Amino acid sequence: MKRMLILTSALVASASVAQAQDKQVNLLSWGGAYGNSHVQAYAKPFEAKTGIKVTVADADNPATPLKAQVEAGNVTTDVASVEYADAVRLCDEGLLETIDPAILAPAPDGAAAADDFIEGAVTDCFVGTDVYSMILAYDDSKFTDAKPAGPADFFDTAKFPGKRTMRKGAKFNLEYALLADGVAPDKVYEVLGTPEGVDQAFAKLDTIKNNVIWWEAGAQPPQLLADGEVSMAFAFNGRIFDAAQKEGKPFKIVWDGQIYEMEGWVIPKGAPHLEAAKEFVTFSTSPEPQARAAEFISYGPPRKSAAALVGNVEGTEVAMGPNLPTFADNMAGALASNLDFWVDHDAELQERFNAWLAAN
Amino acid sequence: MSNALDPHAAIVTEAGGLDPGGPLRTADGQPLTRALARSSRRARRRAFLLVLPLLLFVLLTFLLPIGQMLQRSVKNDGFSANMPQLSAWFHEHPRGTEPDDAAWAALAADLTAAAEARSIGLVGTRVNYDMPGTRSLFTSAGRKARGGIEPPYREAILAMDEKWGDPKLWSVMREASSAYTSNFYLAALDRTRDDDGNITMAPEQQQIYVKLFQRTFWLSLIITFTTFLLGFPIAHLLATLPMRKSNLLMILVLLPFWTSLLVRTTAWMVLLQQQGVVNDILVWLGLIGNDQRLQMIFNQTGTIIAMTHILLPFMILPLYSVMRTINPSYVRAARSLGATSWTAFRRIYFPQTLPGLGAGALLVFILAVGYYITPALVGGSSGQLISNLIAMHMTQTLNWSMAAALAALLLGGVLLLYWVYDRLVGIDNLKLG
Repeated sequence: MKRMLILTSALVASASVAQAQDKQVNLLSWGGAYGNSHVQAYAKPFEAKTGIKVTVADADNPATPLKAQVEAGNVTTDVASVEYADAVRLCDEGLLETIDPAILAPAPDGAAAADDFIEGAVTDCFVGTDVYSMILAYDDSKFTDAKPAGPADFFDTAKFPGKRTMRKGAKFNLEYALLADGVAPDKVYEVLGTPEGVDQAFAKLDTIKNNVIWWEAGAQPPQLLADGEVSMAFAFNGRIFDAAQKEGKPFKIVWDGQIYEMEGWVIPKGAPHLEAAKEFVTFSTSPEPQARAAEFISYGPPRKSAAALVGNVEGTEVAMGPNLPTFADNMAGALASNLDFWVDHDAELQERFNAWLAAN
Repeated sequence: MSNALDPHAAIVTEAGGLDPGGPLRTADGQPLTRALARSSRRARRRAFLLVLPLLLFVLLTFLLPIGQMLQRSVKNDGFSANMPQLSAWFHEHPRGTEPDDAAWAALAADLTAAAEARSIGLVGTRVNYDMPGTRSLFTSAGRKARGGIEPPYREAILAMDEKWGDPKLWSVMREASSAYTSNFYLAALDRTRDDDGNITMAPEQQQIYVKLFQRTFWLSLIITFTTFLLGFPIAHLLATLPMRKSNLLMILVLLPFWTSLLVRTTAWMVLLQQQGVVNDILVWLGLIGNDQRLQMIFNQTGTIIAMTHILLPFMILPLYSVMRTINPSYVRAARSLGATSWTAFRRIYFPQTLPGLGAGALLVFILAVGYYITPALVGGSSGQLISNLIAMHMTQTLNWSMAAALAALLLGGVLLLYWVYDRLVGIDNLKLG
């Protein structure tokens, strides 16, 4: 069966295989503003420095084509940008090359890379490139007196009327519901690990169920806010910042209760240009390119030494630093998304969430 | 074979005046029947060679991948292929056997080997499908086992995590020790297995698929019916108007057909949302108050409206092509014989449109059953269809076996309806154009 799959995909891909050269890197990224930050801060400087050509392709979620490529034995990607959870899963399934932490560049002051990255940013198969987070965003013009200040206000439709928009999925929402219910950030996953905790989270979501419009694509929440369909959104910080910054929308971000997560590079097993791929990983995770990437999109660098190097938002005079999830003041009351928990319970809670959603 | 029954033979006999007693022969002396069979065989072979490229193309790019995908719904060797010794133990010992020393030794050996081969995640993923929360049990055991596990195995493994002693875990591992399983189909029908392996209903808050299958078929029926209600008069108008006007109208039907699906879906969001055009007009007209704006999108209503619009051309086009061929003199004859216009329509005109209606309804229904982007964007929580869950399992949970089982059930449902349609209406009574 595997051979057949190879045969079918080989027919389709024979053209691209024929062109394979030694000095190039095929990068699989996400497109949009985020993909652009990869092109501007990593791919172009890398080409200029090493002369190795970087070909960038986009996918909705690079983990899906990556899995298909490795399982079919027809790998065309050298480096891919994936979410942390997918990296853990793909690594455990043996679909990824291991990345030796020794190849990573040290910090400018000479500190070893391992100490410079925030905790969990470097694993067997994964090197973090940025930290993004889910935050509460509201339309400033909708609330004239009191302004929403934390998770509890998101669930308080009496005090802050108007519809909300949340991601259609269990992840982030269940944690946020518990935070709003007064569970301390460091206890959230402990509570969510028990059946009562899951019930508690769903009960909290029940209180606003009729006031929620569920979003699926990251571009939807800023659009819903701009149209006046909703007054508050629980959304990715980068998208909201983009809309506020580039289009001058009156959107405000509440960092209290942010839930942050990492994205980063993985190298699929059987990557056609392994050495060049490793070179690319080394270059793109060194402090300067990391800081540069943060100027294109408001996702924070996972290297401590990179934070100080972040300049202004590309093309403006606005400092990017305070708008990053990793900014010190923004980390108060923040929750780190627990990947081990979600790798175990993703399917189960996702199904329960869907069932909850479908029951009217 | 009787020559008298063969018309060709009869003609040759009369024309050629050959000996009527012997078999008929061609000019070079071969029996005529054999020559005819050979030439028709040659023609058939040539026709087959002509369609061969297409056949291969369909086979390689369509049937084979679909077959492989559907195979995943019953086959998942994530456990059996990577835990061979423990799987063998399960096969030798019947259900109900307490795990003995040999079982624990097999488990220890398999865990160590799988950890080294980096396939422990596959094992954990497979078991996690049937027993949530166990994936990390395997991966963390794998990390600890990399240096090897020392006997006594039972104590060593239980020291890693007490959960290894859970009888439910052993029951689930027994289920997974065979590469072929019906568990994905059970789960797709909201059923599960209890500790003894009996089939039971899934916990109430996890039941969703049966409900969504019902909703998918029900909404598809509604959408098919509304496209019929809207499309029938338009098709009739197209078929009866003079050519110049009907061509113009035809372009209006086809224009949205050529517009991107996403653009049309998003246009409906602009029109129907609470701060949207329709609500604005209603408020401006004073029909509803500003605080009573209607919720027409992000629910079932939105799904029905947007999908009806998007699928409308698939109903209009077959209807139109059939209506154009209907001879208007039949209806005129009925009228002249005293039928009212309603009777003439009901008994003369409408029955003649049935082949087009059947084709349109079948097209719209089958497309609607598998629709995905539109319900995802405008469906909210109550307008989700089964295809949205298939997409979720494909791209989010990466449980392709589950996605395949759901897709197979959907395919089966459609084929069943197709069969019923064939029984009731007859598939040869279908006219696409």
